[in-house]
Amino acid sequence: MTTVAQAPTRAPYQVEQELLISGSEAIAEALTLADIDVVTAYPIRPYDTVMQAVAKKVANGLLDAEYIVAEGEHSQFEIVKHASAVGARVFCGSSGVGWMYAMEPITVTPALRIPMVAMVGNRALDDPGAFGVEHNDALSVRDLGWLLTWVDTAQEALDTTLIAYRVAEDRRIFLPIAISCDGAFLTHSQTICKVPTKAQVEAFLPPYNRADLLLHPDNPITVAPQVNEDWVMEIRQQNNEATNRAYGVIEEAYRDFRRIFGRDLHNPWFEEYMTDDNPDVILMGMGTLSMPVKVTVRKLRAEGKKVGFIRLKWFRPFPYERLAQALGKAKAIGVIDRDYSFGSPFGSGVVANEVRAALYNSEKRPPLIGFIFGLGGREVTIENVTKAVELCEHAARTGKTDKGTYWLGVRE
Amino acid sequence: MAHLICEVVYRGIFQKNLASRITRGIVLSARKSGRWGIAFGRYGDSPQRNGVPAKDFAIVADTPEELEQNMARYEPKEVDVTICVDDTLCKGVESWAWYGLQPINALTVPNGTVLVTSTQSVDELLKDTHRKKTPYNLSILPGKASFAGLWVYKEDHTEVRVLGALAKIAPKFLTIEAVSEAIKAAEWGSDLKVQSARKAYDRLQVRAVMPHEGNPETPYSFTLPKWWEMREGVSIPSLPIGKPIEGDQGYRPVRSDVFKKFSSRTMRPVVNFDTCVKCTLCWLQCPDSCFDVTPELLYDANMESCCGCGICEAVCPVDNCITMVNESAFHDNASQWEMWRKDKPAYQAWLNEKIADKATTARSHGFRYRGQYEEELERGERELGGSSLADGIPGENAEQKGIKVGVHSEHAVAVVTGVAEAPGA
Repeated sequence: MTTVAQAPTRAPYQVEQELLISGSEAIAEALTLADIDVVTAYPIRPYDTVMQAVAKKVANGLLDAEYIVAEGEHSQFEIVKHASAVGARVFCGSSGVGWMYAMEPITVTPALRIPMVAMVGNRALDDPGAFGVEHNDALSVRDLGWLLTWVDTAQEALDTTLIAYRVAEDRRIFLPIAISCDGAFLTHSQTICKVPTKAQVEAFLPPYNRADLLLHPDNPITVAPQVNEDWVMEIRQQNNEATNRAYGVIEEAYRDFRRIFGRDLHNPWFEEYMTDDNPDVILMGMGTLSMPVKVTVRKLRAEGKKVGFIRLKWFRPFPYERLAQALGKAKAIGVIDRDYSFGSPFGSGVVANEVRAALYNSEKRPPLIGFIFGLGGREVTIENVTKAVELCEHAARTGKTDKGTYWLGVRE
Repeated sequence: MAHLICEVVYRGIFQKNLASRITRGIVLSARKSGRWGIAFGRYGDSPQRNGVPAKDFAIVADTPEELEQNMARYEPKEVDVTICVDDTLCKGVESWAWYGLQPINALTVPNGTVLVTSTQSVDELLKDTHRKKTPYNLSILPGKASFAGLWVYKEDHTEVRVLGALAKIAPKFLTIEAVSEAIKAAEWGSDLKVQSARKAYDRLQVRAVMPHEGNPETPYSFTLPKWWEMREGVSIPSLPIGKPIEGDQGYRPVRSDVFKKFSSRTMRPVVNFDTCVKCTLCWLQCPDSCFDVTPELLYDANMESCCGCGICEAVCPVDNCITMVNESAFHDNASQWEMWRKDKPAYQAWLNEKIADKATTARSHGFRYRGQYEEELERGERELGGSSLADGIPGENAEQKGIKVGVHSEHAVAVVTGVAEAPGA
């Protein structure tokens, strides 16, 4: 005999829930909790999974937002830019060449001080047409005034989305933030994730108040007039100052997050893994490659090797002082890039050279090797991470590096 | 410390939602006993296309740390249980994500289990399934392959029957109680599907397969080139044009011998060469150029190249000249034309046998018009069908859809509990 069950009473987000969701679905949960007003979409893998998850929230009546399917990424980013200017909390995102197609509105957004939050589902740039993870898409805006963060788990994606709105919409900042999520490993993998309550989110995230910059008949302003050389440097300086203020505002946001949600995200800037005992080798990288690296670190620790790992969370603003301090503890550093920067110093990836620059003025400047790993979504194997540690150990012993950069995992 | 790794091998698009529900069900069931888990797809399989083999995985472990150990890999290199939700995939799988034909049991650990939804017997399945160096167990979950689509899901209880079977195979990780609890939670409190899961659990049979058993064929493979061996500029050489089949007669295009794609096929065309009017339409319209032109100017669908799309059947102007037949009715890729040429009466007999059985020739996927599925359910044509759609299916968003949750007619329950009457049960 079949039992007749009662439909559960719908009271979304009144209690903390534990859900089996992907990184993309976790972001959609955060967007629902943040009660965004306008979302624009144009499909490209792996970002499209967020777009689908948000559409479902709207369709299910859990999120009251304008959901606009644009005719391309350029319009997608233009629409939210304007919506944000009139006071809407906005969300959009893209991946790979889709993100590049939106480059013009992406470029103008920071100067207009638009607190847009975007998700970049990291994807290799065509050609070859491929959809595995590479970080070059998001990194392409590193110099433009966007704040950039990389997340590692579905839980962190959810938490960071809430933090991103809090930071971006802070009147001291008013800058766009891109949350980078590794395609496949994060966007398409479902794990158990804690979804907070609406009350917690309301305590953490105040409503978006555009104040004097609001584009509204009651507040007549002109946005983005054409200027000559008398004006540009001052405008850039304003952006520079706002970006610098982000160091403090981000710290503040994480402090409040800890207090309200009771989840300790530790250091806002980077996660340190087994680095307490001044290890001989510290590896560093961003995103989900943390998993094979942590597993390797545990394995090598069991063999008595002193190895640690630092996972960088915020790339812009770049936590150069704290990072230099943390990395100074090692005898050698290996920076793993899931990106490339052809013709760069030492032929290294973007992160390795940022770290080199961060260390330049430090007293403790251990030898640093750049590693290019896992391009186009290739697996970062435990064997290759072990190889990287061995190369770093050699540098730790001799105090110098034979080569600035190694590509590991290429068929040769 | 212990963990369970399962793969679900499925047909892209047609079974996308099915595979995802199975892997989610595994993780949610294991969570009921305090375990941690992850469900994910073989990303390289996508973008999915109709019928193209694809994989989803579920890993459950005692601790988050042990889970991480297993998540650190792109995909598991070996699995405890291979779940195959369409028995024609036992012929081997070639996907977007790897090269060459992978035997269905390639990733199964020694003494692991291959669980197949099928109406075939073990002996028939072993004609297709490649030999494995180590012993393993083969279990059949009686039933047809459940095919739906990207936006639709067929509520024929396949996902819960797989979970029930899995509880029998790996009780250490998924007890039938935990599985039942997880199903009930996912079904808004209804235990209609729990009954199907329990039935599958109770009736599952296991057959040990020894290394000498199975298809002796060596599957085709491909070695990836090194970076300096590859042409620059993201370019690859084209295939040369084709050649006559005999002397200067006929034509056979040159085909890739490392990328064949025939494992996407769930149906194949069977051609009546005696009624063919040589109109060339099948040859022209085939999107895979799979037809060889014979010296008599007949058209022989090459089974190393046919994806089974059925366009040839649709465009053929002669009744029953080309008939799509379920792939499970065949155990090799031999040329039909060669068979016809050798012994025409024998070929006619073979052809009639293949196309006569409407149970197998009936289209195995897709619907031709809106409401067809509902009609089939009404007529009781789907022996594994779920409750009547009008009664409402408990599930996602039932409330928003205005569906009455947890209300089922006696008739509907009878249909569902009739699952075991499927052939092979």
